Amino acid sequence: MHIKWDALAQTAGLSFAITVAVVAAFSLGILALSRREAAQEAVRSGIPGAGSGNLALAGAALSFSVCASVVFYGITLIAGR
Amino acid sequence: MEHITFLVAVVIITALAFDFTNGFHDTANAMATSIATGALKPKVAVTIAAVLNFAGAFLSVKVATTISGGIVNEKAGIQPSIIFAALVGAILWNLLTWLRGLPSSSSHALYGGLIGATVVGVGLNGVNFDIVATKILIPAVASPLVAGLAAWGATKLAYVITRGGREETTEKGFRRGQMFTSSLISLAHGTNDAQKTMGIITLTLVSVGALKPGALPPTWVIVSAGAAIALGTYMGGWRIIRSMGNGLTEIRPRQGLATETAAATVILTSTHMGFGLSTTQVCSGGIMGAGLGGPKRELRWSLVRRMVYTWGLTLPAAATVAGIAAFVADQGSWGVALVGAALVSGSAAMWFISRRQPVHAGNVNDVQEVEVPATAVPTPATTTVAA
Repeated sequence: MHIKWDALAQTAGLSFAITVAVVAAFSLGILALSRREAAQEAVRSGIPGAGSGNLALAGAALSFSVCASVVFYGITLIAGR
Repeated sequence: MEHITFLVAVVIITALAFDFTNGFHDTANAMATSIATGALKPKVAVTIAAVLNFAGAFLSVKVATTISGGIVNEKAGIQPSIIFAALVGAILWNLLTWLRGLPSSSSHALYGGLIGATVVGVGLNGVNFDIVATKILIPAVASPLVAGLAAWGATKLAYVITRGGREETTEKGFRRGQMFTSSLISLAHGTNDAQKTMGIITLTLVSVGALKPGALPPTWVIVSAGAAIALGTYMGGWRIIRSMGNGLTEIRPRQGLATETAAATVILTSTHMGFGLSTTQVCSGGIMGAGLGGPKRELRWSLVRRMVYTWGLTLPAAATVAGIAAFVADQGSWGVALVGAALVSGSAAMWFISRRQPVHAGNVNDVQEVEVPATAVPTPATTTVAA
């Protein structure tokens, strides 16, 4: 009986890495959205020196597009089998 | 289609029945954690899952040309009666575990059924035990551990990263994300599991000469397999959804997203690398990891134990039932009829027992565990939708 231990280990490692990376990217996106909300409220309440939070929004967009492209790749894997 | 005999018709109907149980048994995999965190309302969740399972059935038919991926030697004289017996074993085990609210692998039930029926009907040489070990047993042990570890790590990281954010925005965001991850699992499930039924029906048709060997599944087979799994999914195996979503641990949105991402990733990576695995075990393993990685670090070990025992039992139990069914069905038409009657009465009995304690969309998030007392007095069912 031939067990492909290397393929098994590779699958396990890849799965772990992708999961953690995607969730980290998503979490960063959510954190950025949260920061932006806080910044906008600060602007509204007239706190001096408050940023508009646009940078945070761009960061969120970047994070979510990373997640979206991984999901898209996932769908192509499903369809391509 | 003049080749279609009574037995072939019975096999096709039974295959679709298995597909149906496969659907409602596995709704929980994609949707339990989304329902538990409130990311999706129960009815909405099962509707999305049903639609995506149906869509998934059309995405690919590549693995539908084989029943088992080489677990049984399909050329060694697999007759329709053997396939029928295998399906009977798989369906009965699926229903029994559903009744107990335990997520068990529908694929393992089917493989177990095929192994048992083949050993009785063809002999030990009909089963490739090497492939059983490398394709079923090793992934069965490894995949829940990998998914659990990944979900654990992802949960920890999600909590660390979003620590400084606003709790309300964060939870809302993670709930949104869960919609995508659970949809992806549903789609992958439809593609994988509906194809198994297509494969069974196609090979049955090939075995009686109604289709050429190596033929792709006809459209009516694809449509009916997709429809059966979608209908089953829509029924929602609420008992299993409850134990996976609320029984193992309390799932918060961050944990839900981590679990679903881990499950989707493990399923897709390992299928890509050629390991077949059980969606159910991967998802359960992910939930366990997320439970331990969450802020409360809690897990109901008694339920974990029961799940793991059930996973271990699935293959031999389905094999035993299928073996007996294969022996009886081999005796001739009366044998097939007898097995069919046993299947129908067994399924009906389990459905009636489930009425004593119905779980449905309305009470799926109650924390109380599903327990079926051996000597419960039947109470009149007052709920309308339950499965």
